[in-house]
Amino acid sequence: MTEKIKAKIMDARKIKRALNRITMEILERNRDLDNVVIIGIRTRGIYLAQRIADIIKEIEKIEVPVGILDITLYRDDFSALHPQPVVKKTEINFPVENKDVVLVDDVLFTGRTVRAAMDSLIDLGRPKTIQLAVLIDRGHRELPIRADYVGKFLPTSRREIVKVHLKEIDGQDEVLITEPSEI
Amino acid sequence: MKILIKNGRVIDPSSGIDDTLDILIEKGKIVDIKAKIEDSQAKIIDATRLVVAPGFIDMHVHLREPGREDKETIETGSKAAAKGGFTTICCMPNTNPVNDNRGVTEYIISEAKRKAVVNVYPVAAISVGSAGKELTDMVDLRDAGAIAFSDDGEPVSDSNLMRRALEYSRLIDVPIIDHCEDKSLSQNGVMNEGFYSYLFGLTGIPPASEEIMVVRDLILAERTKAKLHIAHISTKGSVEFLKVAKEKGVRVSAEVTPHHLILTDSCLETYDTNLKVKPPLRSKSDVDALVDAMKNGLIDVIASDHAPHTEDEKNVEFDFAPFGINGLETAISLILDHFVNKGVISIQRCIELFSTNPASILGLKNKGKIQVGADADITILNLHKEIIVDKNKFQSKSKNTPFHGWRLRGAPVMTIVNGKIVWDER
Amino acid sequence: MAFNHKHLLGIKDLNKEDILTILDTAESFREISIREIKKVPTLRGKTIINLFYEPSTRTRSSFEIAAKRLSADIINFNSSVSSVAKGETLKDTVLNLEAMRPDAIIIRHPASGAPYFLTTFCKSSVINAGDGTHEHPTQALLDALTIRQMKGDFSKLKVVIAGDILHSRVAKSNIFLLTKMGAKVVLSGPPPLVPPEFKEFGVEIDYNFDNALKDADVVMMLRIQRERQGKNFFPSLREYRNLYSLTPEKMKNAKKDAIIMHPGPINRGIELSTDLADSSKSVILKQVENGIAVRMAILYLLLGGGGK
Repeated sequence: MTEKIKAKIMDARKIKRALNRITMEILERNRDLDNVVIIGIRTRGIYLAQRIADIIKEIEKIEVPVGILDITLYRDDFSALHPQPVVKKTEINFPVENKDVVLVDDVLFTGRTVRAAMDSLIDLGRPKTIQLAVLIDRGHRELPIRADYVGKFLPTSRREIVKVHLKEIDGQDEVLITEPSEI
Repeated sequence: MKILIKNGRVIDPSSGIDDTLDILIEKGKIVDIKAKIEDSQAKIIDATRLVVAPGFIDMHVHLREPGREDKETIETGSKAAAKGGFTTICCMPNTNPVNDNRGVTEYIISEAKRKAVVNVYPVAAISVGSAGKELTDMVDLRDAGAIAFSDDGEPVSDSNLMRRALEYSRLIDVPIIDHCEDKSLSQNGVMNEGFYSYLFGLTGIPPASEEIMVVRDLILAERTKAKLHIAHISTKGSVEFLKVAKEKGVRVSAEVTPHHLILTDSCLETYDTNLKVKPPLRSKSDVDALVDAMKNGLIDVIASDHAPHTEDEKNVEFDFAPFGINGLETAISLILDHFVNKGVISIQRCIELFSTNPASILGLKNKGKIQVGADADITILNLHKEIIVDKNKFQSKSKNTPFHGWRLRGAPVMTIVNGKIVWDER
Repeated sequence: MAFNHKHLLGIKDLNKEDILTILDTAESFREISIREIKKVPTLRGKTIINLFYEPSTRTRSSFEIAAKRLSADIINFNSSVSSVAKGETLKDTVLNLEAMRPDAIIIRHPASGAPYFLTTFCKSSVINAGDGTHEHPTQALLDALTIRQMKGDFSKLKVVIAGDILHSRVAKSNIFLLTKMGAKVVLSGPPPLVPPEFKEFGVEIDYNFDNALKDADVVMMLRIQRERQGKNFFPSLREYRNLYSLTPEKMKNAKKDAIIMHPGPINRGIELSTDLADSSKSVILKQVENGIAVRMAILYLLLGGGGK
């Protein structure tokens, strides 16, 4: 099976604009910025989280702590995966107790990753609030979860794949819709 | 009833015969051997493309009766022998009770007479209870039917006892068979000592444990001029010392088992307890030396050391399993496949190792030969028949073989004992 | 990074890539043990049996804690071979335990190869927690994790393993692992306990302990089993101590920053002087700590992937 690109949904400029807007909404909702921490979900959430923190620093001159969450150990779909996903470290070098935590991920789909991320986060302490920021919400939720901050709502079919590419690891910023095609 | 074996390739190393001949058997004896025999009353056996050999003799088997009839009996062991192509077997005395007195010897002989399908000769113990302290009544035991003496299973650890046994045996001139093992060196070892014992973490039995006793026995045999037979020789060193002794004219013979000729200590990586045997499977260089010695005549005999054990006993941790391999039903095919059909030894040499030599060592004057007047013990071989070893089809009560599933070329197809067909699988 | 094994029987069966996968995974798991809530739900619903036929506190509790931190259910079944010898065979015991449908059986047994024997009839994953004088793979892996944390690249290291090599499953697994990873391994100890055939494993042997220690980066001391005394593997504890005890004096032969390891339990003042055992060179407690992460990694890699 290979994938065929169906459409390019966002380019670098559109991604930047979306992140700016998300950041503004975060600032608006969290008046006490000292209590905010941003945690990116591996892998692409990490870079989005860092970019949001950078924008905050630009605007407010405040460094918001950024952490990395690896949710492998909290997944509910082990038996469906083979071989075992590689476990990487969770790196959150600050307490989350009583914090306003903004979880950041690239795509919100079934909601299972976010569920695992929340379980994982709660094992680290008891945040005051957990908010969710995603670049793309593509629908098809399987759990009662919704995002607080969304870059773009993107109606998709289940068959389609949403690909977020970020310069930090993929060389360029773009969001694509692809579809598996038989050969 | 008369039996006429027609068109077989008759090979008898004792007389140098190797020709297509007919053999007529009557009343348990070979009565005629000619190019063409006709006899309308005889049962005809067509042996075209088959090798007709003097009956094979396995001079080292454990029949477990009396005492451990759950592992094997004289009856089942003799059936295993018949299926395996042997017409004569010698059973070791490590039964319960030990065959160290006329009562046990006579029991074995009478049981064999009633139930066994091949000739069974008991080997009696050297020492009372095989305890290594006092000699048994060797002359009385010989008179009762014992064909040789051995404490097999256990070595004769006491050198003085070995000396006296050899000296005393000169009265009857039967072989003393020793299981050569210095127990202070073998201790609680379970496999050959060396690279592989360290790799597998199993306690080693050093080759020296065997060699020291071989050398001791050779020295004593030289001094006493008695007949010594070394059981299941397994190391390169033992072979070297054997060569020296034979060159000096010591009256010594030696046997090797098929498993020691074919398997090495590296096979134990599976921890298969069916490979646990004494002496242990040795290294590649030992095996090479054994094959050479078998080829060039230094080793006289192939014996199976048939040692049946129940599956329950073997289905345990390696350290806790008993030693021994079930050998009667695989020995001949293993040798035909690995050595005769691969051109390592000739079929004549193979027959010497299995028949001519053991008969002569044991003093069985009418066996080990195809001659008019000899006992009608015949082993018929098909050198081209392919078999797959299947332990579930064993006649033996036990199934402890490491060769299950092996595909082998060459097999015994008919066994005739005292003029009676006891196995036919042509 | 695929780890395609159902069982962990020995280092012998692993390749370099497998070993790195385990170490990397273990490295990720270390963080969990320093959390407030030391538990993740990864192996929720999995059942593990700790089947120990030899006394052990360290390894058994290390596996137990590792399993619990991954939310697996673990039960301990302790037995001695002597009591079992009288009654049930190992096979029957394990078949009975298997009927309770565990996902893994962790076995320690005095007979080498016992874990291999289990795999001939077991459906669950079998993990070797030490078999006879054969292997103790998780110990070697936790040692490797410790060495890598302290010293980095294995291929630049000289590791000395000293003591009763012959009977040590820890030494055996470490030899297999370290030689696979490219370290230079030197064995030392009384000749009856260090057979020359060990060279065929790709190690060097130096019976002179001072020479062996020259420029060592890692010194791994083995426990001298007191029950070997009187069996003539060495004359007396006094003579053993004189020749093979690691003292500050002897340690001067090794590199300045060399570390000292010991699988425990230590015979203080016999194979290892108390000063050294408690010194900053000693990483013995770090080994114990790493044991949890390594065993979590093993359980995760064997059981986390689902049906095999």
